[in-house]
Amino acid sequence: MVISDKLDKFFDEKMKEYPTRRSFLVPMLLYSQDEVGYLSDEVIAYLAKKTELTELEVRNVISYYSLLHTKPMGKYHVQVCTNISCMLRGGEEILDHCKSKLGIGHKQTTADGTFSLEEVECIGACSWAPAVQINYDFHENLTNEKMDKVLDQYRSKAK
Amino acid sequence: MADLTTHPDEIKVVSKRFGQGAAEIDTYLKLDGYKAVQKALTMSPDDIINEVKASNLRGRGGAGFPTGMKWSFVPKDTNKAKYILVNGDESEPGTCKDRPILEHDPHAVIEGVIIAGLAVGAKVGFVYIRGEYRYLVDIMRKAIADAYAKGYLGKNIFGSGKDFDVRWHTGAGAYEVGEESALMESLEGKRGIPRIRPPFPAVVGLWGGPTVINNVETLASVPHIILMGGQKFADYGPPKNGGTRLFCLSGHVNKPGVYELPLGYPLKKMIYDVGGGIPNGRKLKAVVPGGSSTFVLTAEEAEQMNMDFDSFGKRGEFLGSGGVVILDDQTCMVKFALRVMKFYQHESCGWCIPCREGTDWLKKTLTRFHNGGGLRKDIDNIKYLAQNMLGRTFCPLGDAAAIPTMSIVDKWRNEFEMHLEGRPCPFDPAAKITELPVVGAH
Ligand SMILES: Cc1cc2nc3c(=O)[nH]c(=O)nc-3n(C[C@H](O)[C@H](O)[C@H](O)COP(=O)(O)O)c2cc1C
Ligand code: SF4
Ligand code: FES
Repeated sequence: MVISDKLDKFFDEKMKEYPTRRSFLVPMLLYSQDEVGYLSDEVIAYLAKKTELTELEVRNVISYYSLLHTKPMGKYHVQVCTNISCMLRGGEEILDHCKSKLGIGHKQTTADGTFSLEEVECIGACSWAPAVQINYDFHENLTNEKMDKVLDQYRSKAK
Repeated sequence: MADLTTHPDEIKVVSKRFGQGAAEIDTYLKLDGYKAVQKALTMSPDDIINEVKASNLRGRGGAGFPTGMKWSFVPKDTNKAKYILVNGDESEPGTCKDRPILEHDPHAVIEGVIIAGLAVGAKVGFVYIRGEYRYLVDIMRKAIADAYAKGYLGKNIFGSGKDFDVRWHTGAGAYEVGEESALMESLEGKRGIPRIRPPFPAVVGLWGGPTVINNVETLASVPHIILMGGQKFADYGPPKNGGTRLFCLSGHVNKPGVYELPLGYPLKKMIYDVGGGIPNGRKLKAVVPGGSSTFVLTAEEAEQMNMDFDSFGKRGEFLGSGGVVILDDQTCMVKFALRVMKFYQHESCGWCIPCREGTDWLKKTLTRFHNGGGLRKDIDNIKYLAQNMLGRTFCPLGDAAAIPTMSIVDKWRNEFEMHLEGRPCPFDPAAKITELPVVGAH
């Protein structure tokens, strides 16, 4: 099995709530990615079978959504918002700071696989800008110093 | 997670349970929870719709469509399954108000869905939450499960003989999915490409059934309206602009935050009093009144505006999503226009040529401009391109990209001129947005 039995059962339960088999596809892609790390060929084949779609149809859906990745990402995916509210309060500086601290650019991963970096659009933290999301956790009202502490916390968690 | 802020001018209706632990169902029950549904169960569908009409509640998602009227469009004589769909995709830049609702008061949303269902004869509601808001998906999952455990959802709710189910769903990153027809496509497991209307969702929506789509805040307002009476809610705001709404103050203000204020509240007071004014002794330059898709206001305009739908409507503009972004006098408007366009170019689904090509050309032209490679004719070209996107697309994203751009060119033409002839950006000589190669002459 490409994903855990638990997740597979959870998908089966949720799929019953909808009139068509493919309806729950987008959440299934996201939850599978969370477990496996990315949407591998095996995951895509598994979900295509489950939803009775072709693999091409599943890939077609994947390519639309910006949170979905078909390549491995860092263990901690650092998503820096530079949209308007964040830009006005230093979001671009936070992005530059992350680039130099991590030594990687937009959509790149560190050599040890701990971090990946992405410049993202508004994440709904505008009143608490500048904001960054690491995996699903929000970090808000950031400064370069606060950002360093946050990265350090994740770095020590990774060990 | 999202810090709470407060101001004495606030009238707390939707936010009244914030910070009180109401995500827990037992706490929610102590704070008048699930009373509105029980009241609605004693009312006829028409009575519910009339109460919502009387409240003058208008959609909080951005378009401001009257909610009671939207509900009344759902056909009564159909045997197709009907649906309520909650739009929790919240992705309009500057907007972060559905987040505190989903975090602090998820049961109010569930109640709103049930009441909407009773009003239009739907038996199922879906709560669609953007993929980035995973912690809110988890809060909503628990809230729904708790409501089932108490018998407030499922078969024979509150012993009424009526059944109602609420399901949670999540996206995976896409602004365009917030557009109502794209939202339905996404919920059906597809790419978020909009549908051609008519037919409107109220007639042909999810899986072909009549569907009411409302924003999180719109539905969270409904239980309060049912309990306090539509008229009382309406009286908080000016005529035809009922109630209060959550305004998200962001950008160059001393006290950014989400504040619940009556519609019609003066923008000047919102900036200087509620928001505590502009930091660092700077002056106001511009205000984005309701998310990045709205017409940008100059300082002079902003200081005279009242924050209700009709005050904007009579200028041919929009109040928008509640995302109020404040720009100080050191902000470069060319750079601002570029960042906004970069967003729309990224989010365009690519179906309509004016939107797909227009946003791309505009992004390229604005990039070149900001990097000092702007030509005088480009200034009019930018406006021309934007104008030609207006009204020529299948969904309003094309308009949303054109509107702020046109207003910035019109109102801050001098700033474009300051960038001409290879001069560096006057506000940031070491301008940063340079990742695009400067090619082509369009
Ligand atoms: C590109 C685009 C994005 C949108 N995003 C959202 C959104 O994130 N949340 C939302 O409630 N409405 C959004 N809307 C508006 C919806 O299409 C729809 O009008 C709204 O959900 C209706 O609910 P309401 O009447 O309660 O406001 C968006 C519209 C467009 C054109
Ligand atoms: S306007 Fe843009 S986002 Fe909307 S349907 Fe057309 S191409 Fe897609
Ligand atoms: S603009 Fe950065 S979170 Fe909204």
